[in-house]
Amino acid sequence: MAEEKVVKVGGHGGRGMRGMPRPKIDNPGKLFVRLIKAVMENYTVHLIVVVACILISVFANIQGTLFTRTLIDAYIEPLSKAARAGEAVDYGPLAIAMLRVACFYAIGIAAAFIQAWTMVYVTQGTLKNLRIRLFEHMESLPIKYFDTNAHGDIMSVYTNDIDTLRQMISQSLPQLLNSAITIVSVLGSMIILNIPLTFVTLFMVAVMLFVSGKVTKMSGKNFIAQQKNLGTLNGFIEEMMNGEKVVKVFCHEKQAVEEFDRYNEALYESAYKANAFSSILMPINAQLGNVSYVMCTIVGGALALTTSETTGTGVAFLLALIGLFGSLSVGSLASFLTFNKNFSMPVNQVSMQLNSIIMALAGADRVFRLLDQEPETDEGYVTLVNAKMENGEITETDEHTGKWAWKHYHKAEGTTDYKPLMGDVTFNDVDFGYNDDKMVLHNIVLHARPGQKIALVGTTGAGKTTITNLINRFYDIQDGKIRYDNINVNKICKKDLRRSLGIVLQETHLFTGTVADNIRYGKLDATDEEVIAAAKLANADGFIRRLPNGYDTQLTGDGANLSQGQRQLLAIARAAIADPPVLILDEATSSIDTRTEKLVQDGMDKLMSGRTTFVIAHRLSTIRNSDCILVMEQGRIIERGSHEELLDKKGKYYQLYTGKKAETA
Amino acid sequence: MVKTILSQLKEFKLIAITAPLWMVGEVICEMIIPILMGHMVDIGVSGGDMGYIVRTGLFMLFVAVLGLICGCMGGYSRSKAAAGLSRNLRKAMHDNIQTFSFSNIDKFSTSGLVTRLTTDVTNIQNSFMMILSMAVRAPMSMIVAMAMSFYLSPRIATVYLIAVIFLMLVIGLFMKSTMVYFKQVFEKYDKLNESVQENVSAIRVVKAYVREEHEDNKFEKAATAIYSMFVKAEKRVAIAGPLMMFTVYSCILLISWMGAHMIVAGSLSTGTLMSLLTYCMNILMSLMMVSMVFVMITMSEASARRVSEVINEKSDLTDPDVPVYEVKDGSIVFDHVDFAYDRNADEPVLKDINLSINSGESIGIIGATGSAKSSLVSLISRLYDVTKGAVKVGGLDVRDYNMEALRNQVAVVLQKNELFSGSIYDNLRWGNPEATDEDCRWAAKLACADEFVEKMPQGYNTYIEQGGSNVSGGQKQRLCIARALLKKPKVLILDDSTSAVDTATDAIIRNAFIRELPSMTRLIIAQRISSVMECDRIIVMDNGKVADFGSHEELLGRCSIYSEVYESQTGANADADFDEPA
Repeated sequence: MAEEKVVKVGGHGGRGMRGMPRPKIDNPGKLFVRLIKAVMENYTVHLIVVVACILISVFANIQGTLFTRTLIDAYIEPLSKAARAGEAVDYGPLAIAMLRVACFYAIGIAAAFIQAWTMVYVTQGTLKNLRIRLFEHMESLPIKYFDTNAHGDIMSVYTNDIDTLRQMISQSLPQLLNSAITIVSVLGSMIILNIPLTFVTLFMVAVMLFVSGKVTKMSGKNFIAQQKNLGTLNGFIEEMMNGEKVVKVFCHEKQAVEEFDRYNEALYESAYKANAFSSILMPINAQLGNVSYVMCTIVGGALALTTSETTGTGVAFLLALIGLFGSLSVGSLASFLTFNKNFSMPVNQVSMQLNSIIMALAGADRVFRLLDQEPETDEGYVTLVNAKMENGEITETDEHTGKWAWKHYHKAEGTTDYKPLMGDVTFNDVDFGYNDDKMVLHNIVLHARPGQKIALVGTTGAGKTTITNLINRFYDIQDGKIRYDNINVNKICKKDLRRSLGIVLQETHLFTGTVADNIRYGKLDATDEEVIAAAKLANADGFIRRLPNGYDTQLTGDGANLSQGQRQLLAIARAAIADPPVLILDEATSSIDTRTEKLVQDGMDKLMSGRTTFVIAHRLSTIRNSDCILVMEQGRIIERGSHEELLDKKGKYYQLYTGKKAETA
Repeated sequence: MVKTILSQLKEFKLIAITAPLWMVGEVICEMIIPILMGHMVDIGVSGGDMGYIVRTGLFMLFVAVLGLICGCMGGYSRSKAAAGLSRNLRKAMHDNIQTFSFSNIDKFSTSGLVTRLTTDVTNIQNSFMMILSMAVRAPMSMIVAMAMSFYLSPRIATVYLIAVIFLMLVIGLFMKSTMVYFKQVFEKYDKLNESVQENVSAIRVVKAYVREEHEDNKFEKAATAIYSMFVKAEKRVAIAGPLMMFTVYSCILLISWMGAHMIVAGSLSTGTLMSLLTYCMNILMSLMMVSMVFVMITMSEASARRVSEVINEKSDLTDPDVPVYEVKDGSIVFDHVDFAYDRNADEPVLKDINLSINSGESIGIIGATGSAKSSLVSLISRLYDVTKGAVKVGGLDVRDYNMEALRNQVAVVLQKNELFSGSIYDNLRWGNPEATDEDCRWAAKLACADEFVEKMPQGYNTYIEQGGSNVSGGQKQRLCIARALLKKPKVLILDDSTSAVDTATDAIIRNAFIRELPSMTRLIIAQRISSVMECDRIIVMDNGKVADFGSHEELLGRCSIYSEVYESQTGANADADFDEPA
């Protein structure tokens, strides 16, 4: 089980890059709806406010643009004429018109402000809820999920995927909405202003979309190559950096450099091509936008000319014909030109936002997939309760009596009986496989009586740890029965079953918090005295007191500031404070050197006395005094008995112990 | 820092300089268009000159195409420059890492180096592209637009200038306070993710102690705290958009009012007013872009710092000017050696070590965890330099040898060993690239690896996955020993290299050494007494000092630490190891 901690590099490259190939997702529509639902769940009113605000601000913006026309046509031109004619110039009406526009602007700004402000709550609130839901759901998942999914992938849901969602909810969605509304309303305004010019604009937008589609396709091909090369190079870097000391010892630097250079060069080639294509997308669109602008100016200029004056040429006649579709004033032209810019911009934006939305949907897909995982089921109904003896009968009580009993409700008879918690564990012909098609444990039979010490020995992969994982139902068995105090473990409420088992794993995991917090993990309401007593029992008190802040020393990064042995001692203390009737020690002292172990041994013996204990160990001192030693090989128990019995047998155990090949096969 | 990064541009320097130049061309083209448009309205439309409209129109198209060419060339150049920079940065780092000593590697840590070579370089590449485009484009278009405005109407341009200064001040002020907030938020955010990470890897502990609810509560509290911090920070950012709108609209209103008066007074034409309104948008948009670029740069600053740290790191081990290439024999002498990983440490890891080991001797080393066994042997192949005293191999100070020559003749099998992706042959040939298949098999046989390799479907051509994940711990250790043996070294150091190999196989390997390589000096670090007790002499390490040095019999008689360990592992109260058999 001892997995090496290898540094993994996240698989997601630069996100939301222009021209990136879109990841494939099965049902984007359904995902989108689900995501919107997740947002709506708590923020329906907020969202309505946001949509209303967007409508208002787009409307205000259009009013502002249209004002340019009014300004020129209705005020400046007549006023200029008046001034030229030497009449008195009255700016009063203009001031009033401007005041009106100012109001529109003010409303627009206010709407934009309310929208942005509300979106902060919507985005962050949704993300918070999503995070909490993710976490709570994750905690409820069976161990199997964590076995079959790389931890890096699970983490990337919390980091990368949630991050892309944040961008999508806070930026892409409102922008997309804004763009869509803008496109529709600007298009409407354009049609009202002038139809021929609208056609020119639409034609140019079509050209723009066509060209950028082509370029995106080309860059997409290179982006795929870039991702592939990046993956190869990152994989190489990861492997080499992890083995860098070996490289040094073997003077392998030159070869490493050569190979690195090869991958690096390949990445460079594809990276610059991919980026070159995607970065010419912007100038292409910008300049095509300018062309569109110019075309409108030419056509519009000509139209305005025919409207304002007649030049009596053939060209003018033609223009006059077009002009039938809409006459054009200089003011209208000015407004239209602004609309032209305002139109190509959101169209461009939509195609860009679409990309990042699809990227975000791929993230949403992973988030929802985690949320859709089947949680650990628990059909157990036998519960663990505080017990009290009254007139020789066990009764339930709310007090902490230190005595526990199984509360067993018999449905058929409608009766409830109480059984004292003893710690008797039996395996009856148990078969187990992580998958149904491949069994890893076969016909396991064992009986651990209360207080007995059972040792499991055997090679790596023989199935020792797996057996202990079945007792606390980390996994469910395929065949046979496991009984705890003569109750089928499937009937026991998982929470209570696990509470009655103490476990110390080979791989120690500590949590961020103080040393005392970590010991208290075994019993959340433990007093300081209990914590210290548990630490003393595990022989951890000594080193804890030497830490800078004693029991209040902060541990970070899985207890990185402690030695492996010290961490194991804390794990033992954590199990000790929980005070369970059954104890599972899976290589609990493997990282403690022989001399220190002697010191811990005393505490371990105290810890084990009076408890049923399952020990997995490779040191004889830990195993020898067991009541029963089970020798495992390839998922089967091949020998069992006490130390002396097994030595006499001269079988596998004898071979393991003496290092000599067995005399009898 | 910036200098270090930029100096890696090398052959891409020219193209990196041309990129912004193209950009300038593009911006100028873009800026000419509104002014042409103004002329078109004033002279063409108002003046009724259709010929002028067509002429100007064609010229405008020409300018747009010119802009397109500039834009594409700019995009191409900056992509090439940025990709090239990242290539060179990676190479510079990787080349330098290859010269690193163990202590240099320790300083950065493996994961630190991986991040620098991957994520950090990508960050720099992205920002560099951004800098070459936006950082040039935005200020450029702002300046050009401003200049054009001043040319068209200094009075109205003054309004822009005031607006720009106003926006700059406000945005600057905002950014400063918001950045502080965001920094805090992201720190907290990282912590939150760390706690998720913690839960993912410790899920068995959580479940075994039925602490799901406890963890849920902890997480909910942390997530809520982050939520309120994010809301606070993002609310500030949310003001930026409306603020920008406010400025733009104010400008438009002001200009319209002023423009109307000026046109009526005859000091401004309608076309010019239209051009000016276009510039207004340009200027303020560019300003927003400048602030974005600023954020990008600060974000990649940390990456740039980390990358330049690696590039500038000097290896603390260097070859002497006139190195010796031949190690005479396998004798080893420690002469008053003190050693500390950190030169400023109060307490050295090794204290006043004096040892003399003969060529061809087998030496066992035992001692508790942390007694500095590994540190002791790492000095022999000069993985680290001593702090005081000297280590001599073959009669010469290790610092007098060429490092590669020394390490080829003093082979170390590290405690944390790695296999690399590739066939078993490939892996074995790390020891000697010229080794024949025969040589490889010979070494594998000596290390007792032959038997399981032969059983594999493709034998020696079996592909080893990254990190050797498809072989067991014991198999990996035996392959690592075989790999070291192919060097045919004068000294072989096994640092706890058979811990996952069972006792019987361990003994077979040791006997094979005696039989096949009798002249090779062997140093064996082990927890297991049986691995060392047959050695000629045994070093007992205790807390950074040599507690005793002598043969098994001598030590049993006089060294309490040794006899204690011996007692606990053998004899009547035997404590053997149950390990993986062959």
